[in-house]
Amino acid sequence: MSIFVDENTKVVYQGLTGSQGRYYGLLNRDYGTQVVAGTNPKKAGTDVEGIPIFANVGEAVASTGANASCIFIPAPGVKAAVMEAAEGGVEFIVCITEGVPAQDEAWFFNKLKRDFPNVQLLGPNCPGIISPGQCNIGITAGHIAKEPTEAGPNVGIVSRSGTLTYQALHELKAQGIGVTTCVGIGGDPVPGTSFIDCLERFEADNQTSAVMMIGEIGGSAEEEAAEYIKSSMKKPVTAYVAGQTAPAGKKMGHAGAIVSGGKGTAAAKMEALTDAGVQVGANPTEAGELMVETIKSL
Amino acid sequence: MWKNRVGRLVSGIGGYPDPLPGTRRIPTEGMRVDLFEYQGKQFFGTFGIPVSPGEPVTTVEEAVAAAERLATYPVVVKAQVHVGGRGKAGGVKLAENIDEVREHASNILGLDIKGHIVNDVWIEVASDIAEEYYASFTLDRSAKKHLGMLSAEGGVEIETVAENNPDAIAKIWVDPVDGLTEEAARDWVAAANLNPEANEGAVEILTKLYTAYVDGDADLVEINPLILKPTGEVHALDAKVTVDDNADYRHDWDAYEVTQVRDEREQAAHEAGLQYVGLEGSVGIIANGAGLAMSTLDVVNQVGGSAANFLDVGGGADAEKFVNALTIIDNDPRVKSIFINIFGGITRGEEVANGIVAALGQIDISAPIVIRLDGTNADQGRAILEPHLSDKLQMAPTMLDAARKAVELAN
Repeated sequence: MSIFVDENTKVVYQGLTGSQGRYYGLLNRDYGTQVVAGTNPKKAGTDVEGIPIFANVGEAVASTGANASCIFIPAPGVKAAVMEAAEGGVEFIVCITEGVPAQDEAWFFNKLKRDFPNVQLLGPNCPGIISPGQCNIGITAGHIAKEPTEAGPNVGIVSRSGTLTYQALHELKAQGIGVTTCVGIGGDPVPGTSFIDCLERFEADNQTSAVMMIGEIGGSAEEEAAEYIKSSMKKPVTAYVAGQTAPAGKKMGHAGAIVSGGKGTAAAKMEALTDAGVQVGANPTEAGELMVETIKSL
Repeated sequence: MWKNRVGRLVSGIGGYPDPLPGTRRIPTEGMRVDLFEYQGKQFFGTFGIPVSPGEPVTTVEEAVAAAERLATYPVVVKAQVHVGGRGKAGGVKLAENIDEVREHASNILGLDIKGHIVNDVWIEVASDIAEEYYASFTLDRSAKKHLGMLSAEGGVEIETVAENNPDAIAKIWVDPVDGLTEEAARDWVAAANLNPEANEGAVEILTKLYTAYVDGDADLVEINPLILKPTGEVHALDAKVTVDDNADYRHDWDAYEVTQVRDEREQAAHEAGLQYVGLEGSVGIIANGAGLAMSTLDVVNQVGGSAANFLDVGGGADAEKFVNALTIIDNDPRVKSIFINIFGGITRGEEVANGIVAALGQIDISAPIVIRLDGTNADQGRAILEPHLSDKLQMAPTMLDAARKAVELAN
């Protein structure tokens, strides 16, 4: 099994007629993803290498049965694009675009939660999601991920970082370990999908035996994930948190310091995760080795 | 460069070239733009929040002329820096007359406040204060809602209040879809136990502050102190505003950009459109992807070295990127060795190797370079680099090995 997306996922690309949308949309199709439609109100009725273009997501869904969307729309149009996707009837929205204003993100996150509680948004500012062998939506290089094996054990990956995710996929593949799904949740202030959203599904997925989690400094998502792992997960988790020696960054005034309440540093995150029984690597290589050991012991 | 972000889509970690240079972001937090107090007050002013009349100046003569135009004494001469504690450092002075304005302005201009040199001073009409409060809005990332904080104990460090007397801070979580309703604002103000005389004015200002925060695309708006005057008006005596760089396409923020403080290296990198943060160590870092770049700093530290910078070169492999990145790093006198850490995804190893080789053909780099190249087609990439290897250009099979070698060369 996989989480969120599989071989039955039919994807409409919002922005397929743009340069990046086209580039990655076609790469995703080459991988085997069912890329069933694109949208562009000015180019409805045309096609991109055989992929039909519709005026909006609603029309694409009606004609093709698309159940997911992938957004490659420039940041100023993302708020409208996310709502168009939800109103158009897809259940899963992957927003690759980076640079979306935080006020927009906070707004559509809460709007979706209220009016479209069954819609799952991934991103913005994320590399996307891949269920190896079934479906790849976004900018991950598909060939670096190994398909899950029948016999298992297989790993699920959830990550805030792009390149580190590739490295994890690559190292697991080199060790012959398959991946059920790899979710890049992105590093923005209000991510549509959280670590916990993914951990819950990996815990429930019978093909996933262990989970690899890659976090970063900032926010408190890793600490919240640690609480969830401690209280509700039986499957082993290994983790790496990037930024142990990164500059503290600009402190967000006094209000920001109070909100974070001491959370947000790599040390605090690593401690919380260790306390939750997670094996935490000091660097990506060590985390990879820990994952391999864990898998071999299963 | 400041205005060209509209077309940006992805950082290119997948390998597609950035559509526009100069559009990358600081890792994990997004880039923020801090406003000086006077800019924050002008920002507040556009949303109808009462602030003191004043003028920003950069010379003593301008300060004197500004005070003459304001023509109301006393005035406050205030250093404009992106750091707290300026009062204690002598950066805020009351002037009763024109001679004192001259004296204070000449003392404050050029003052070093925690490493920030004062180039800008704000001259404003002094206010009578009956009481001092604290008010702010920011995003609570955990709750995914906006958080408003209001306290009757203003004028002091609010962290101290939060620690010693958390009940003295009235908090309100605002759903962005609903916004701050007047009723909710009233309940919030009542919970803060301000002087009842301030309640009406506080509700009005906080409603406007919320609008400023949302419509102004701020990450943070903070008023400390928010004052009650003896005459009964509520008024913003200070302004701390941080705006969200991602929203610059819908605002005119050029004036804020000009007053951002960067060191020379960061300025050069900014102009070259590179995602760069200057640090104090001796190993120059170039990596593709913010996460990998951060983890490169971690690994360098773990093997006993320290990084001179954070630099995310992004996706794609064109020589120009490497030329710019290498030039900026090599110009940094701290740098004793350079560690290039590349993991190929959609951008393949041989493309990256060709980019690096081409870059090194165009420029002379004095610091020795260690490259770790892994991921897609890493073998082909390494084969391309092989004939160019020397004492000045080495290769290592893993991230840890490369870090050790780079640190050894730097020490």
